[in-house]
Amino acid sequence: MELTGADILVRCLRDEGVKYIFGYPGGAALHIYDALYKQDDVRHILVRHEQGASHAADGYARVTGLPGVVLVTSGPGVTNTITGIATAYMDSIPMVVISGQVPSHLIGDDAFQEVDALGVSRPCVKHNYLVRDVRDLAETIKKAFYIANTGKPGPVVVDIPKDVTAAKCMYSYPKSVSMRSYNPTIRGHTGQIKKAAKLLLSAKRPVIYSGGGVTTAGGEQALQKLVRQLDYPCTNTLMGLGCFPANDPLFIGMLGMHGTYEANMVMHDCDVMLAIGARFDDRITGDLAKFAPYAKIIHVDIDPASIGKNVPVEIPIVGDAKRVLEDLLSAIDRLDMQPNYEALKAWWNQINSWRSVDSLSYDRTSDKIKPQYVLEKLYEITNGEAFVTSDVGQHQMWAAQFYQFDKPRRWVNSGGLGTMGFGLPAAMGVRLAYPESDVVCVTGEASIIMCIQELSTCKQYDLPIKIVNLNNRYMGMVRQWQEFFYDRRYSHSYMDALPNFVDLAKSFGHDGVLIDDPADVEEALRETMARKDDLVFMDFITDPTENVYPMIAAGSGHNEMHLNPHTEGSRQAVPQERELA
Amino acid sequence: MEEKRHIISVLLENESGALSRVAGLFSARGYNIETLTVAPTEDETLSRMTIVTAGSDNVVEQITKQLNKLIEVVKVLNLADRNHIERELMLIKVKATGELRDEVKRLAEIFRGRIIDVTESIYIIELTGEGSKLDAFVETLKVTEILELVRSGVSGIARGDSSLGLNGRSAKNS
Repeated sequence: MELTGADILVRCLRDEGVKYIFGYPGGAALHIYDALYKQDDVRHILVRHEQGASHAADGYARVTGLPGVVLVTSGPGVTNTITGIATAYMDSIPMVVISGQVPSHLIGDDAFQEVDALGVSRPCVKHNYLVRDVRDLAETIKKAFYIANTGKPGPVVVDIPKDVTAAKCMYSYPKSVSMRSYNPTIRGHTGQIKKAAKLLLSAKRPVIYSGGGVTTAGGEQALQKLVRQLDYPCTNTLMGLGCFPANDPLFIGMLGMHGTYEANMVMHDCDVMLAIGARFDDRITGDLAKFAPYAKIIHVDIDPASIGKNVPVEIPIVGDAKRVLEDLLSAIDRLDMQPNYEALKAWWNQINSWRSVDSLSYDRTSDKIKPQYVLEKLYEITNGEAFVTSDVGQHQMWAAQFYQFDKPRRWVNSGGLGTMGFGLPAAMGVRLAYPESDVVCVTGEASIIMCIQELSTCKQYDLPIKIVNLNNRYMGMVRQWQEFFYDRRYSHSYMDALPNFVDLAKSFGHDGVLIDDPADVEEALRETMARKDDLVFMDFITDPTENVYPMIAAGSGHNEMHLNPHTEGSRQAVPQERELA
Repeated sequence: MEEKRHIISVLLENESGALSRVAGLFSARGYNIETLTVAPTEDETLSRMTIVTAGSDNVVEQITKQLNKLIEVVKVLNLADRNHIERELMLIKVKATGELRDEVKRLAEIFRGRIIDVTESIYIIELTGEGSKLDAFVETLKVTEILELVRSGVSGIARGDSSLGLNGRSAKNS
């Protein structure tokens, strides 16, 4: 039997195993919405703004590893998703965005709600398609999912003119797909892996630096095995948090601009660095000229273009992080070599003296709520089991520093693009994927406003997310930079005329609590987290002067960190001029 | 780092939008394009593109890798790395009156150009060769008035056995 393009599309989604799509209807997508209405296999979540749809799909993808799916109409429908598409692109998140397009005969006519969806999305997608013929639809959808979730994952846009969704043809969903122009390399080069194993074992001051690629590949077990077997220090990027348990003594914390003192000093002083599923971005390296001056670098990445892009590499290995880690473990087993235990002992002594600086310490005697304290308590009360999404800014860095992630895919944030407004819609996707789990959105009063409309979606679909709003009445990270680098000229970083968030939450049909005394923080969190069925907006009135430390100013080296003035005294304990083993 | 001229051959799916992906890649990442030519090959599902660019070795390595990342790109080859032939086509319309008529005709013959259109006052000359030859010809034609000039951009091909076909060497991701 022949089906319409719209029915074919929905069948494709079903046959692809899609459970949820996040979307918003409109003229060019109406045939598709009609097809959705007639079935129960694929559940549509109606967001309140298309940006929310793309972030929700992204959140779903980050915690499940499955592509998030978005459905929007033409014109503003698709342009509103661009921020979410770019967010997913920067963090290599699999996503398929289906956009309605004006009918084929009107394309190029400046028709109502027409925009060149391929053109506007091109710089921030892995690939995109315009479906010109209903007979190509099923194969295009199959390719879209295949491209989105293989190799280095990313978003794929499929633009479908309205007449194509009305036209009919026979339906069959391709079982497999093969493309002569797209064959990601999965297995690393055996010779390179052997060389890498030798270099790793010959290290005196090693470090294993891993990123989001390990999460994507599901390589956390192999990573943990490697780190433990070698007894080497491990640091994670913002995107890689959770791949190595934060409480493990071999973990030296996050690295980079707001990484721990020990992680950054290790990066600076190391002689061999294994970088895996990480891409040496500027927030990691600081000044490239001062980056890891003594290190021989092994770089494992599925994307050849990420290797050697910013930092010269001794041993490049193109491949899937999990496969390469497993092969590296076997290569190490086959070598008749042991780590240099003596050098390693000295190295750990050095690391522990850096660790003793306690670079994440903060003033615990303040009569104002310290944001770090809220996150420490959140971690305790949720036993580290919650899924935590965040927006972007100071609260994001504190969440990364103070919520001790032990498992991958628990920490959901916009690392690459730095998208304010991401946290709440992403939390919706997370909660739909894990309907029994605690989902907390850690945010700030500036970020949360950017997609606040999604509180309405949360009401419609009963998504009892807990919002931890660290309300310092500033765009905190902007304010921090203005304090440090602009002589305290706080240009437009003050959040004036804020809403009453408790009332706001209530007006959306949720509940809210205001906490402004440090003594109330723990109990408020405990009570709120116990309310399993309610979305509760927790408005914490925090110390507006608090800054994120440590900090490597842009253009500085890893050994040039600003520490919290609170810890400055202990810094003296660490000799700055050191002789390297 | 030293900037060098590179000539990059790309075999890609003959699909609409593929050209804009390549052009977009160059502008988004700040790579320069001196010339770009593209047309379908003997296999109508494939197009062959030649891009002339300038950059340090690092930049050109990135360009090659980023081109390979594009889904529609089948193969990429940097011809500057190997023995190759490159050609460019120029059509040039010049004033040809009085005694200059003979002079321009003679110059065209010297450069092995062909006069392909003639009126009482103009010639259109077709010339093929490497860029430097075309430049030299333009220079000599300054004896008369150049009314119009159009160049195709460079097309290149490797000498000898190596080929950028579907079964040739230099596979993607290698």
